[in-house]
Amino acid sequence: MKDPIKKKLKLKVSAISEGTVIDHIPSENLFKVISILKLDKTKNMITFGANLDSEKMGTKAIIKISNKFFEDDDINKIALIAPNAKLNIIRDYEVVEKKVVKVPDEVIGIVKCFNPKCITNNEPVNTSFKVVSKSPLALKCRYCEKITYENQIVIKKSSE
Amino acid sequence: MDYTKDEYLRIMDLADDFEANPNQKLLEGKVVASLFFEPSTRTRLSFETAINRLGGRIIGFSDSNSSSVTKGETLHDTIRMVSNYADLIVMRHPMEGSARYAAEVSGVPVINAGDGANQHPTQTLLDMYSIVKTQKSLDNLNIFMVGDLKYGRTVHSLLMAISQFSNPIFNFIAPEELQMPEEYKIYLREKGIRYYEHREFTDIISAADIVYMTRVQKERFSDPIEYEKVKNVYILTNNMLANTKPNMRILHPLPRVNEIHTDVDQNGKAYYFEQARNGVFTREAIIAHTLNLK
Repeated sequence: MKDPIKKKLKLKVSAISEGTVIDHIPSENLFKVISILKLDKTKNMITFGANLDSEKMGTKAIIKISNKFFEDDDINKIALIAPNAKLNIIRDYEVVEKKVVKVPDEVIGIVKCFNPKCITNNEPVNTSFKVVSKSPLALKCRYCEKITYENQIVIKKSSE
Repeated sequence: MDYTKDEYLRIMDLADDFEANPNQKLLEGKVVASLFFEPSTRTRLSFETAINRLGGRIIGFSDSNSSSVTKGETLHDTIRMVSNYADLIVMRHPMEGSARYAAEVSGVPVINAGDGANQHPTQTLLDMYSIVKTQKSLDNLNIFMVGDLKYGRTVHSLLMAISQFSNPIFNFIAPEELQMPEEYKIYLREKGIRYYEHREFTDIISAADIVYMTRVQKERFSDPIEYEKVKNVYILTNNMLANTKPNMRILHPLPRVNEIHTDVDQNGKAYYFEQARNGVFTREAIIAHTLNLK
């Protein structure tokens, strides 16, 4: 069953003349990546696939966005949930650049503070963390000063 | 807390100056907002005394029931509004990180009078002032911390502050369930600061310059049997002070319950009531420093 889907996907890849392909996203985080990059709000043509075979990851997800090129600061936001993601920058049907995501030094928004008594969980305050460890991930809250560890990371809903 | 060693020393000098001369009209013509979103009698009265001694006027509330919080106003809006009225805000709030957030949205300085379990920096500064007054220095001190070292924010903040000074030694006396969190021990190890952990509260305090007592709170224990086991282990009594150093002083952030027996109160080494009195001078110093009045 997987092969026809793959073929169809390959066709979509070749259909992008200008844009960005984000590969090696963990399948379970596909929609979180879409939300963080605000792709649910964009008018650009997007195709995506999930649960695709991956030699490295078992399964993976992939997103292709036409006529969209990300700033490093924006794309690095997904490093929290897709640390192995790779970007292919497509110009005139050719891959002209490959990028890997990097965990940023600061994380503004995106992640909830794990501490229920933190002001950011009780008032409409944007979260802000200093990254005190990149692997495993550890985020120190600017406000309550508590550390949110990798296994505690919850991505904020876009309405929060 | 974000103070440097020099700023600590500056506050200590100012507190000393205010103790010698408490009534200085540096806040004349100024309005200070005292916003206590949760009650804290000692801290509020101490701040309001400090403001009065500095000649300032006070607006505010002593618990959130008498503020617009009951109408659903956010902290953001309360602070934005009050910072239009006052020259300085003193705030106590139950949420952790609320003070930093308030400082970000306020147009006037905000002094943190306690933000939940996070920080209580003015308590730390008055503890330090009490230490420097009784020990003549913040260097080379052997500090014993006793009781709830896990949740007690006062001991954590004091540990961080004293660690900026030369050659401290820490001794932690706490039950298994309430021992000093690993993050602070890692911090001390990284700085090469000596510390020792004990389960028993015995004559080891004979080496102490400062014994910092805290309350073991029943609600901190997941297992009530564990609390019953330790609740009477960490009680300081007068006969335990016999072999302690002459310069040794006992501190406690108060309120105490039974962890310091009342027979200690008459001993010259009991310093906790003077410590509370030092709170006024220290808060005068913090206000003067924050507003650059001296």
